[in-house]
Amino acid sequence: MVEKLTPQMVITRIVGYGVLILVAGMMIVPFMWMVSTSLKTPGTEFSYPPEILPTQLDLTNYRTLFLNLPFGRYFLNTLFITLATVAGQLLICSLAAYGFARLNFMGRDTIFVLYLTTMMIPFQITLIPLYLIITQLGWVNTYQGLIVPGISSAFGIFLLRQSFLNIPRDYQDAARIDGANEWQIFSRIFLPLNGPTLATLGVFAFMGTWTDLIWPLLIARNEQMRTLELGLAYFNARPNAFLQPNWPLLMAGSVVVMLPVLIVYIVAQRYFVQGIALSGVKG
Amino acid sequence: MLHNPAASAAPSPGTGAGVLGRLLTLWRRFWSRSNEKVGYLFILPSLIHLIAFLFIPLVFSFFLSFRDWTKPSFADAPYVGLDNYQFLLGDRRFWQAMGNSAYYTALAVPLGMAFSLAIAIVMNQKLKGKAFFRTLFFMPVVSSWVAVSIIWLTLLDPNVGIVNYVLKLFGVTGPNWLGDPRSAMPSIALIAIWKSAGFNMVIWLAGLQAIPQELYEAAAIDGANRWQSFWRITLPLLAPTSFFLAVTGVIGALQVFTPVYVLTKGGPLDSTNTAVFHIYRRAFQEFDFGYASAQSWVLFAVIFVITVIQVGLRRRNEEIQY
Repeated sequence: MVEKLTPQMVITRIVGYGVLILVAGMMIVPFMWMVSTSLKTPGTEFSYPPEILPTQLDLTNYRTLFLNLPFGRYFLNTLFITLATVAGQLLICSLAAYGFARLNFMGRDTIFVLYLTTMMIPFQITLIPLYLIITQLGWVNTYQGLIVPGISSAFGIFLLRQSFLNIPRDYQDAARIDGANEWQIFSRIFLPLNGPTLATLGVFAFMGTWTDLIWPLLIARNEQMRTLELGLAYFNARPNAFLQPNWPLLMAGSVVVMLPVLIVYIVAQRYFVQGIALSGVKG
Repeated sequence: MLHNPAASAAPSPGTGAGVLGRLLTLWRRFWSRSNEKVGYLFILPSLIHLIAFLFIPLVFSFFLSFRDWTKPSFADAPYVGLDNYQFLLGDRRFWQAMGNSAYYTALAVPLGMAFSLAIAIVMNQKLKGKAFFRTLFFMPVVSSWVAVSIIWLTLLDPNVGIVNYVLKLFGVTGPNWLGDPRSAMPSIALIAIWKSAGFNMVIWLAGLQAIPQELYEAAAIDGANRWQSFWRITLPLLAPTSFFLAVTGVIGALQVFTPVYVLTKGGPLDSTNTAVFHIYRRAFQEFDFGYASAQSWVLFAVIFVITVIQVGLRRRNEEIQY
């Protein structure tokens, strides 16, 4: 299509690109600074004028993180906790979503409304009692203490139910006539047909668990159990205000925390953005 | 509830048969073929999870708030009635923390919404490379709060930080951002606005794309300029989106914790001691679980009332039709 550009349209575009480039700079410069600082020798990070682009390629900080500090352990902890939480959410939420979307049992809609209301309860109100319960169960400093409270969510059930409702009823009826039971219909028809929504929930659960601070802060008291996010936060907490922090090492730690999430985001971007738009429209 | 033994021993025949009859119908309906009882099995895992990790803690929290619970043990926690709540009313540090949260919310939510709306309006134009820009704008959204906070600690350093360096190029002497009680909270709000802009932008964009293009064409024919069509068409038709962002934004902002924990630890001089950070310290550093629970219920009540007011305002505005 050939479009005739009026002077006004040209100005609009120039202003538009100007704004986008300015905002992009604001968004990206802090990350460039993080990467370039993480590659500097400690003590040389601040120069005048500041350097946004890397001028050194010193990998010592990354080596220190994994060889002298337990970041390898933190990494494996975080990976295990996150994957277990994602798997739990996908299974438990999709089972419940199938029940709420496709089976007519007594009290179904009442129970579903109850689930929805729980989405309005702020996390801070259950934090203290949940911590005390986990303490009583002897789950402090354990993987189950870090994983189990997060393996189901009303939001996940809501998201999947919406998606399951869009599958034509005929599919279910035809499978029933062929003698399939509900588990088979769920696992062989509904799960494969709802891949994108499952991916959306998976990406959300991954990001939320990987970057969570407050729950590991309460439960992972032992250094061996810390996640990357918590390990980095502890590492940032200086014993006293006069001690100069090791910024290049902290920046290298930040890169290690962020990289997996950024990779997941770039690979699964479509699902992530879709999920946000969906929660906004439905909310 | 009144409990009258005489009434339950000799119920009036009519109501007794009525209750029994209703129970019988319920039971029949439960056993009928149309009740697909396998559904209970499908929702069972999530229901157990919900009860164990949400309902029980919720009831427990309420019960805790009437107790003097200073040790993480169930053995000795005397019931103190409304003492915690009574003490709370006169607790200046708690109300100061609530005020700090309100100040943070008043800064971060409206400015954050305006900033992200501006980006969304530009992104809604016919421009190339929008997917690329969206990916960039989303980097802060998906990043961890701890990592982002550490980056901003150096960027906002009064002596060697990039922000004050850039300000100096323009002849402005930058403040001691996070080190000054006057600028510490606005600094945290600015970082939060920066971090959430991409998220809000996507939601604004979804709202903008739902506005029919013909409305703008009709307005242009009637001689409206862009500024007028923004105020008369775009903004009123975005009301559901702005409502959603305002409600979720306020709820989230009143519970801000992680940036405070990493950036300032509530300082300097308690200027960034927000409500949830205050509750966290009371519970997990001073081990005063009962009192901290009472504080979290008061915060919940405040959030609830504000949400109800927002919903009410929305209802009233909905009556104005275009």
